[in-house]
Amino acid sequence: MINIAIFGFGAVGKGVAEVLHYKKELIEGFIGKYKVVAITDSKGSLIDEKGLNLMEAIKIKKNKGFSGMKTLEVIEKVDFDVAIEVTPTNVHSGEPGLKHIVKSMDKGANVITSNKGPLVKAFKKLERLAEKKGVSFMYEATVGGAMPIIKLAKNDLAGNEIRVIKGVLNGTCNYILTRMEREKMTYSQVLSEAQELKIAEADPSYDVEGIDSAAKLVILANSIMRMDASFEDVEITGITKITPESFEVAGNKNYTIRLIAEANKEKGFLKVSPRLVPHHHPLAIEGTMNAALIRTDLAGDIVVMGKGAGKYETASAIVSDLIEIYRRD
Amino acid sequence: MPVISIVVELLDKPGQLLNTLEPISKGGGNIISIIHQRDKITPLKRVPVEISFSVEDQKDAMRIIEKIKERGVIVKSYNELRLLATTSVMLIGHIVKTDLSDTINRIDSTGFAEVVDMEMSMPELNRPSTAMITISATRQDKLDEALDILREICKTKNLLLVEPINEEL
Repeated sequence: MINIAIFGFGAVGKGVAEVLHYKKELIEGFIGKYKVVAITDSKGSLIDEKGLNLMEAIKIKKNKGFSGMKTLEVIEKVDFDVAIEVTPTNVHSGEPGLKHIVKSMDKGANVITSNKGPLVKAFKKLERLAEKKGVSFMYEATVGGAMPIIKLAKNDLAGNEIRVIKGVLNGTCNYILTRMEREKMTYSQVLSEAQELKIAEADPSYDVEGIDSAAKLVILANSIMRMDASFEDVEITGITKITPESFEVAGNKNYTIRLIAEANKEKGFLKVSPRLVPHHHPLAIEGTMNAALIRTDLAGDIVVMGKGAGKYETASAIVSDLIEIYRRD
Repeated sequence: MPVISIVVELLDKPGQLLNTLEPISKGGGNIISIIHQRDKITPLKRVPVEISFSVEDQKDAMRIIEKIKERGVIVKSYNELRLLATTSVMLIGHIVKTDLSDTINRIDSTGFAEVVDMEMSMPELNRPSTAMITISATRQDKLDEALDILREICKTKNLLLVEPINEEL
């Protein structure tokens, strides 16, 4: 029996809970019996060592909210095998996720996370700690949502050296740029539309200034390119200065404009910036999609694309990590 | 190292091409390409052949061309292929107010790169404008050097520089 603890119960946490509930039979076919013994949020927690009713947990969260033990106390007192850490990201401090991950690993639990902050802040430290404690540390959901990239690089492209990654890693920016191009709308018009559709946050700076893309780039550079990168190494330019006319002028030369995150090991730089992308190029994708071009020494160029955000898309990445850890063949 | 392109008209029989190539190699030229333009055969049944070669110095090229002519070969045209690397970049911001001609001059005055094309969109006064400029340079590394200069200019003039993804797939 695998005991699971979920830390953070926002959209992603709830998405994971729903998938663990509705697809229990399928997932247990891969990994054997499991139960969720703890769910926490910033207010408190729900604990049941016999296994929580996940649909009930979502109702409680909605109606009266959680109370009682906070996450750090839960990590100390509750017995679990794997922590799913999905609290909100802070790329500067890495907290609260960083403490949750360190404490969980310290007690010998495997960790799966969608939280970019801890990886941006302390990738090496976490990787070494996982190794020292003999636990798995999985983070497919931190980059590109459902788009497979980290396990793709580690498993299917094992043996390759990844030299360059260029990607569209932020769906919000890509949505805004696509709409500006198609409808000839200004940046601020599209932004308010995106906010109404909940594609952009009330404070959009994290996305549109390129911070989110930079965080993901740092994770890719460290985890699959072995570049020893920190957030401060990324040269970041956002999309706020792009005008509707720029698409017309670019279009005349058969280009579009996309926010591209590039980690280049050959030339030794990390950069997030708007770039001219030929219309026929695989990274000239539309809407909230994410895509990445991975340049390897043996396999040549590989391109992946997929939904970059959304609760089930992120849950898909988290559940695939869970199956990767416990798969019985 | 300048690259020279010449077009000679050769009779379609053996030895003609060699007769033209010898002065190039003897004169220190390095042959880059030879293209027979068989679709452009002249009324006197001569085949135009385009030969590109690099030389140390422009003067060597002139001496080589003279030698070829001395051998009775018709040299139809010659010109120096000066600019071999090209890229397009976009500038967004107050391009005119920040002295556009200065921006272009600073590329042109390098001697190895120049702005060969520009398309501009100026929506209205006080709003940022957009320009797509095409820069050509003598070699790829010189083009990179010109882009470095442009990056610096854009930084000081507070212009957004949108560079190409540089990927031909």
